[in-house]
Amino acid sequence: MSEAVLRIENLRTYFHSTDGPVRAVDGVSFELRPGETLGIVGESGCGKSITCLSVLRLIDPPGRIEPGSAIWLRDRNLMNEPEAALRQVRGNQVSMIFQEPLSSLNPVWTIGEQIAEAVRLHRKAGSAEARARAVEMLRLVGIPDPEQSVNSYPHQFSGGMRQRAMIAMALACDPAVLLADEPTTALDVTIQAQILELLANLQRTLGMAMIFVSHDLGVIAEIADRVIVMYAGQVVERGTTDELFRDPKHPYTEGLLRSIPRVTQKLRRLAVIPGSVPSPRSWPPACRFHPRCPYAWERCRSEAPPLAAHERAGRCWLDSEPERRVAGAWDALGGREAQA
Amino acid sequence: MNDMPERSGEIRHRALRLLMALIPGLAHLRQGHTHAGLSLLGLALSMITVSIFANERIQATFTAGRLDYWVALLTLAVTLGLTWVVSGVSSRHRLDARVGGSQWAIAWLGFKQNRVAMLGLYLMIALYLATLLGPFLTGYEPSVIGDIAATRHLPPSVEHLMGTDKFGRDVFTRVLYGARISLSIGFIAVTISITLGTAIGAVSGYFGGAVDTVLMRLVDTLISFPRLVLLITVIALFEPSLLIVIVVLGFTLWPSTARIVRGEVLSLREREFILAARALGLNSPRIILRHIVPNVLGPVIVAATLGLGNIILIEAGLSYLGFSVPLPTPTWGNIINDGREAMLQAWWVTTFPGLAIVITVVAFNLVGDGLRDALDPRLRT
Amino acid sequence: MKRPWPRPDGDAGSALIEVRDLTKHFPIRSGVFGRTVGQIRAVDGVSFQVRRGETLALVGESGSGKTTAALSLLRLMEPTAGVVTFDGQNALTLDRPGLKRLRRKAQIIFQDPFASLNPRLTVGTMLREILHVHGLARGAAAEARVGELLALVGLHAADAMRYPHQFSGGQRQRIGIARALAVEPEFIIADEPVSALDVSVQAQVLNLLADLQRNLHLTYLFITHDLSVVRQIADRVAVMYLGRVVETGRCESLFESPRHPYTRALLAAVPVPEVRRTRSRVLLSGDIASPANPPPGCPFHPRCPHPDKDEICRTAVPGLRDVGGAGQAACHKA
Repeated sequence: MSEAVLRIENLRTYFHSTDGPVRAVDGVSFELRPGETLGIVGESGCGKSITCLSVLRLIDPPGRIEPGSAIWLRDRNLMNEPEAALRQVRGNQVSMIFQEPLSSLNPVWTIGEQIAEAVRLHRKAGSAEARARAVEMLRLVGIPDPEQSVNSYPHQFSGGMRQRAMIAMALACDPAVLLADEPTTALDVTIQAQILELLANLQRTLGMAMIFVSHDLGVIAEIADRVIVMYAGQVVERGTTDELFRDPKHPYTEGLLRSIPRVTQKLRRLAVIPGSVPSPRSWPPACRFHPRCPYAWERCRSEAPPLAAHERAGRCWLDSEPERRVAGAWDALGGREAQA
Repeated sequence: MNDMPERSGEIRHRALRLLMALIPGLAHLRQGHTHAGLSLLGLALSMITVSIFANERIQATFTAGRLDYWVALLTLAVTLGLTWVVSGVSSRHRLDARVGGSQWAIAWLGFKQNRVAMLGLYLMIALYLATLLGPFLTGYEPSVIGDIAATRHLPPSVEHLMGTDKFGRDVFTRVLYGARISLSIGFIAVTISITLGTAIGAVSGYFGGAVDTVLMRLVDTLISFPRLVLLITVIALFEPSLLIVIVVLGFTLWPSTARIVRGEVLSLREREFILAARALGLNSPRIILRHIVPNVLGPVIVAATLGLGNIILIEAGLSYLGFSVPLPTPTWGNIINDGREAMLQAWWVTTFPGLAIVITVVAFNLVGDGLRDALDPRLRT
Repeated sequence: MKRPWPRPDGDAGSALIEVRDLTKHFPIRSGVFGRTVGQIRAVDGVSFQVRRGETLALVGESGSGKTTAALSLLRLMEPTAGVVTFDGQNALTLDRPGLKRLRRKAQIIFQDPFASLNPRLTVGTMLREILHVHGLARGAAAEARVGELLALVGLHAADAMRYPHQFSGGQRQRIGIARALAVEPEFIIADEPVSALDVSVQAQVLNLLADLQRNLHLTYLFITHDLSVVRQIADRVAVMYLGRVVETGRCESLFESPRHPYTRALLAAVPVPEVRRTRSRVLLSGDIASPANPPPGCPFHPRCPHPDKDEICRTAVPGLRDVGGAGQAACHKA
């Protein structure tokens, strides 16, 4: 495997308030290799979006990326770069697409002008050249009649078209890394399928590496090569997509997979992860999943499990005591469901 | 027997309980709520100081047969009583309130952290207390003219805190009595305007359609009238009096509140809990009163506080022009007008009422801004 | 769980709700005088029935009209035309007292657990108000009933003292369910009740809804865009596209052998959280047309991948036809 394009080491992004720090991202490490898609999956408040924004150092006060975090883009540590250098990175070497294409596009400029702006800025291109690039990009993302569409305003596009335009904008400068933060969540399922297909095709032809953030395990299974699962500001599991979906190591991943209804079959009863998603203001002590875990025992309540450095790892004490993973633990939770 | 130490501990405990019951704020101080404790203690002490210094005038209440004396006496008694009651009740229930956490309680917590707004609130309370306690705070009558030659244009001194005017009247007393007019006009006019504005805005926004169109065109018409001209015309047609000024101000200020409320209601109406209330078969008056109005009160209170400052300014302007309450009743505006000619010889006649206006308006605006921040729904869900 | 209200009359399996040709058009107004310049055909001649004790899922993407149809059913929106029969009574001609009675029988649960609760009222106050308005319980009895309702949805009686913002999303959705149950309805419309919830909490609410249905003999109309949820919870399904029902059928048969090309494409588009398989995916091209300007003929024809698509698809609107099993599809080629 070739050298990573992006390597995050011990990323900690805290939000400082009068009631103490909110540890939104708390020691996340991963690497992204050229041409691959890394899925980051997790629920609201787990820190997946903040991780993405931290990569581009787009964290505003009271948020702060704590000292000791490292963001290696090839051989540059972005933590040590000045703001001017970061602006050269953003939208150029690393670009990002968001969940809400309507609010991410400026309503007073045409689609073409917005794509051309990035090209002019980073590629020092003339306006005719930038415009030609905009048309080319719109064609690439499958927007019909690109010569005309380039003059359209965002509100004249449907949701799916806007997301395509966002992708065109993000890819206009041939970035090495594309950060996609829930890019299909706001879309209808048939449109989502189109966008996923488009992203996969673009990646094949352009060769960029992609981080795909989603709460939807189905989408992740579809698009990612490798997956990290985040819970309570930490990575709790890491592996290839196949490994993770075939044989989840962490009880949280296992619970999620057991509790999601499938379009392919009706389950007798969905398994349930009791309780609710913890708040970043007060993560549970020791193993952060233990209050909701069906296997939890003394050790989980007193000692935080580490995440091994392997390619395939789970942040769980079951790793060292696998005999405690008893069958039927999830079904036994039926009674606790009500207290959630 | 180990009865003795237990009993002395018991006695000490009881003594402490008694002391806390007697001295307002002590319970709060002991629980570490320094701010609340000091406020209560300070309030009680200042009331007691007033009662001691104004002892004669307090006794005069029973013989003078004047309403303002009775009001002052009642204010003194009620404030003093309240400090004790609040001290006792809230020190016991403080923790519960924090757990309960209604939206109002949260807003109050937010407001309390805003020091500038709290300063405004203290000023506001002090102003209203001073106004109500008026007769006990000064030994002079506002409109009685004494020996003009001897007392005319005396500079500020211990006897006359803010000096005297051209008729030898004590300016401090006149400013104090003038506050009554300014603050009561403001208060009553704002009450009228927010009640009308909220009712009309809520009805207009909730029912929409023709009702909305008619009411909003009315609002447009009223807003497009130059207010000062309207005021002067109405007041010129009738004999200027306190009632006319209040009514005119109250009835010309509601349209802006109505607009704010209507806007809020339009967005609230789309919220699902209103749909849920309809699905549950609740009727329209109930939905408006219980589900809509409490949710628009935030912006209404902000508008009211800022409106108060505005009304005080308008009233000062009107009375400066001589269109408000007739002389010799003092208002901040007509005191300034009185001192206008002698501004250079007797700066104090115009400066102190002017300062009073500035402080009052600033206090209301500080509170209004603080409330806006504390009640802003965007800051929480 | 004890059943706090009597089993509704009528046999299980008989129609509780019958909707015929339900239509809701919103006028598009323009100009100073608000002249009507067009119609948004949000719901355009929808018919279905909901049988006692079953769950009918109304499935569709945005703009399909599923929520408009449901709100029209409860008269939270006045339909333009059509007949809605609730328990043998025409729901669209009810007078005010009749409407209030309807609202005791039919209730709704909303999608957004944050917007659907009044932030100023405690949970207890909210529930007591409902009991009071419908004259169901007062004083101590109301207090006890509030506790019962909260227990029914897996919350504690002490939660009655708390305000909505003090609960998590899943708990708020439980409160929304308790509110709907307060009037002891027979029928509940669940409008995307789990789509706004965290993945790990969705199963809790889905299981709760299933338990409540079994224990309280409820009938559900379940509105959703999420086909995985439909498969888990529905007995029958109606698929909507651009204001029309394009296919209905029993859940199992519809998922196993969809007849309408849209249903097929929809099912194929759902990502499955399993080890990646090579799936034969029917990718639909283009977007859903605007309901203000639906295409002539079959509303689906511009996106339809059916190989035999022809002139008739472009000109004639297909009606629902039996396609075997208990299913019906609105497709000329099915």
